[in-house]
Amino acid sequence: MSVLVFIDQAEGHVKKAAAEVISYGAAVAKNLGVAVNGVVLGNVSEELATYGQYGVQKIYHINDAALNHFDAQVYTQAVAAAVEAAGATIVIFSNNVDGKAIAPRLSAKLKAGLVSGAVALPDTSNGFVVKKSVFSGKAFANIAVHSAVKIISLNPNAYQATEVGGTATVEALSASLPAAKVKITGVNKVEGEVPLTEADIVVSGGRGLKGPENWHLIEDLAKTLGAATACSRPVADEHWRPHHEHVGQTGVVVAPNLYIAIGISGAIQHLAGVNRSKVIVVINKDPEAPFFKAADYGIVGDAFEVVPKLIEAFKNR
Amino acid sequence: MKILVCISKTPDTTAKIAFTDNNTKFAEAGVQWIINPYDEWYALVRAIELKEKDPSIGISLVTVGGADADPIIRKALALGGDEAIRVNAAQADSFQIASYIANIAKEGEFDLVFTGKETIDYNGSSVGGMVAELIEAPYVALATKFELSGTTATITREIEGGEEVDEVATPLVVSCQKGMAEQRIPNMKGIMGARTKPLKVVEPAAIEALTSVASFEMPPAKAGVKLIDAENPAELVRLLKEEAKVI
Ligand SMILES: Cc1cc2nc3c(=O)[nH]c(=O)nc-3n(C[C@H](O)[C@H](O)[C@H](O)COP(=O)(O)OP(=O)(O)OC[C@H]3O[C@@H](n4cnc5c(N)ncnc54)[C@H](O)[C@@H]3O)c2cc1C
Ligand SMILES: Nc1ncnc2c1ncn2[C@@H]1O[C@H](COP(=O)(O)O)[C@@H](O)[C@H]1O
Repeated sequence: MSVLVFIDQAEGHVKKAAAEVISYGAAVAKNLGVAVNGVVLGNVSEELATYGQYGVQKIYHINDAALNHFDAQVYTQAVAAAVEAAGATIVIFSNNVDGKAIAPRLSAKLKAGLVSGAVALPDTSNGFVVKKSVFSGKAFANIAVHSAVKIISLNPNAYQATEVGGTATVEALSASLPAAKVKITGVNKVEGEVPLTEADIVVSGGRGLKGPENWHLIEDLAKTLGAATACSRPVADEHWRPHHEHVGQTGVVVAPNLYIAIGISGAIQHLAGVNRSKVIVVINKDPEAPFFKAADYGIVGDAFEVVPKLIEAFKNR
Repeated sequence: MKILVCISKTPDTTAKIAFTDNNTKFAEAGVQWIINPYDEWYALVRAIELKEKDPSIGISLVTVGGADADPIIRKALALGGDEAIRVNAAQADSFQIASYIANIAKEGEFDLVFTGKETIDYNGSSVGGMVAELIEAPYVALATKFELSGTTATITREIEGGEEVDEVATPLVVSCQKGMAEQRIPNMKGIMGARTKPLKVVEPAAIEALTSVASFEMPPAKAGVKLIDAENPAELVRLLKEEAKVI
C-alpha cells in the first residue's frame, strides 16, 4: 500500500500545481502510515530530487521521448506502469487540464474509483471518503470510494503546499508505451501573461467598465499584483476582451487565492466560475449589486475613481 | 461517419441547491431540469453543424437515466440528431455511466463520441475520459474547436495559458466546451419533428459503481462582506495583507 502522485509538466517544466499535489499526497500517506512516491513523464529541466522538500520520498522518472508531447492514452499507460512499479493503492492528480484527461482514463483502466475536484484530505475513519466540490462550488459532496485502488484529483488552490524539507530519490523507470495517436500541430500561448487557471490573483472586469478603452485600469491593477486578468461574459461577447478570459459557468472556472471583481454585477452564472476563490473583493457603484453577498471585502464606489487609488495603495504596500 | 452525443440532465443553473434525507439526496422538489449546458450548446450543436455540412453523417444521442430523462432527450432531439437512446438505469457514478455509454459506442460502431466538458451538478469531467479508455480510443479533453476532414479531426483544446491544435484520426472521444459552437434555440419544425424521431430504451445488464455519495454539505456561510470606505483603499490593502493574508 502506498500513495503515488502524478507530477505534471509541460514543455519540460514542472507545473505549479505539483507542490500542492505532492504536499497533499504526503499528508494522505502520513495519515495512513504508508510511503509516498511520485511519477514524472518525459524530459524535464528541473532537478526532480528537490521536490522531496514537499514530502515525496521517491520519484519514478519515465524519461521517454514519446512522453514529451501530451497524449492522454499514452500518458495513462505510463502512469499505470508507475502504479504497478510502486504498488500504489492511492493515486493523486491535480484536477487541471492534464488531470482531467488522464485521471478518468486511469480510473476506467484500473477499475479504480475516482473523486475529481477533491477539496480536502480523505476521511479514513470509516472507509475512504473524500470531500469534493459540486454544483459549481455551491455545495460539497462526500464521496465514498469502494474499489481497492483509489484515485483523487485535487482542485487547484484547495490544499496549501507545505515545505517539510528533504530530497527525493529519483529512479528511472521504463514502460512499454503505445504509439501516440494525437499529433500536436500547433501551440498558441498568450505571451507574457499569467495563465488564468494557474494565477494566485485574478483581476476581473465587467460591463461596469463601459468599454475596452478603459481596460488599462484592470491591466494596471493586475500588473501591480502580478495577477491574471479576466472578465464577465457580456464583455467577451461584445469583444471588449478575448473569449479565453471569460469567467463563469460557460467560461473558465477559476479558484485563485484572491479574486477582485470590478464593475461586475455578480449574476449566478458568473459566480459559478469564481465561487471557489479563497477571498473575493468586489468594487461596484451599486450597493445592491448581488456580488456583495458573495464577497469578503467590498468597496461601494465608482471604479473610475476607486481603481486608480487602489493601484497606488498596492504600490505603496 | 457516426457521431454519438452524450446528453445529461441537470438542474437549471439558477436552481436552489438543498438536500434532503439527512443530506444524502439532492432536493428535487420544484427544480427545473435542463440539458447540461455543455452537452447542448457545444457537443450537440457542433455535431449538428457537422451534419449540416455533410448530410451523410448520422447523429445519435445517448443518455443514462430513468424515464424522467425523456423530456430532456426529446428537447435535445428538437435541436437535431436522428435518434436517441436512453439506457434505463439510475445514475450511480461516472464509471457506471461511462461503462453503459462505452457499450453503446462499441455496439453502434460510432466514429466520434462527444461529451460536455463537465456536468454542472456533479462537476466530474470524468465520463468522456472513461468512455475513451473503455473503447480504447484517443481522448481530447476541453476542446474549443473541432473540424472534420474525412476521418481526420483537427481539434483545438485548452491548455494552461493558451491552446493547442491536435490532429487525430477517428475513432475518437472529445469533451466539448465554449468555442465549439454557438448556442441555438429549437424551432417549431424541430420540436414537431422530434416527436416522431425514435427514442430507444435499452435495458442494460447491471454495472457496479466504484464510488457513491455518502452525504452532501453546504459550504459554511460567508461571514458577510466587510465594506471599506471608497476614499480609503489603503485599508483594503491592509486587510488583504494582515487579515486575509492573500497578498
Ligand atoms: C445560461 C447562461 C449562462 C451564462 N454564463 C455566464 C458566464 O459564464 N459568465 C458570466 O459572466 N455571465 C454569464 N451569463 C450572463 C450573466 O447572467 C450576466 O448577464 C452577466 O454576468 C453580467 O455581466 P456584468 O456583471 O459584466 O454586467 P451587468 O450585469 O451589466 O453589470 C454591470 C455592473 O457594473 C456596475 N457598474 C456600472 N458602472 C460602474 C462603475 N462606474 N463603477 C463600478 N461599478 C459599476 C453596475 O452596478 C453593475 O452591477 C450567463 C447567462 C445565462 C442565461
Ligand atoms: N447520465 C449521463 N448520460 C449521458 N451522458 C452523460 C451522463 N452523465 C454525464 N454524461 C456526459 O459526460 C459529460 C461529463 O460528465 P461528468 O463526468 O459527470 O462531469 C457530460 O457533459 C455529458 O456529456
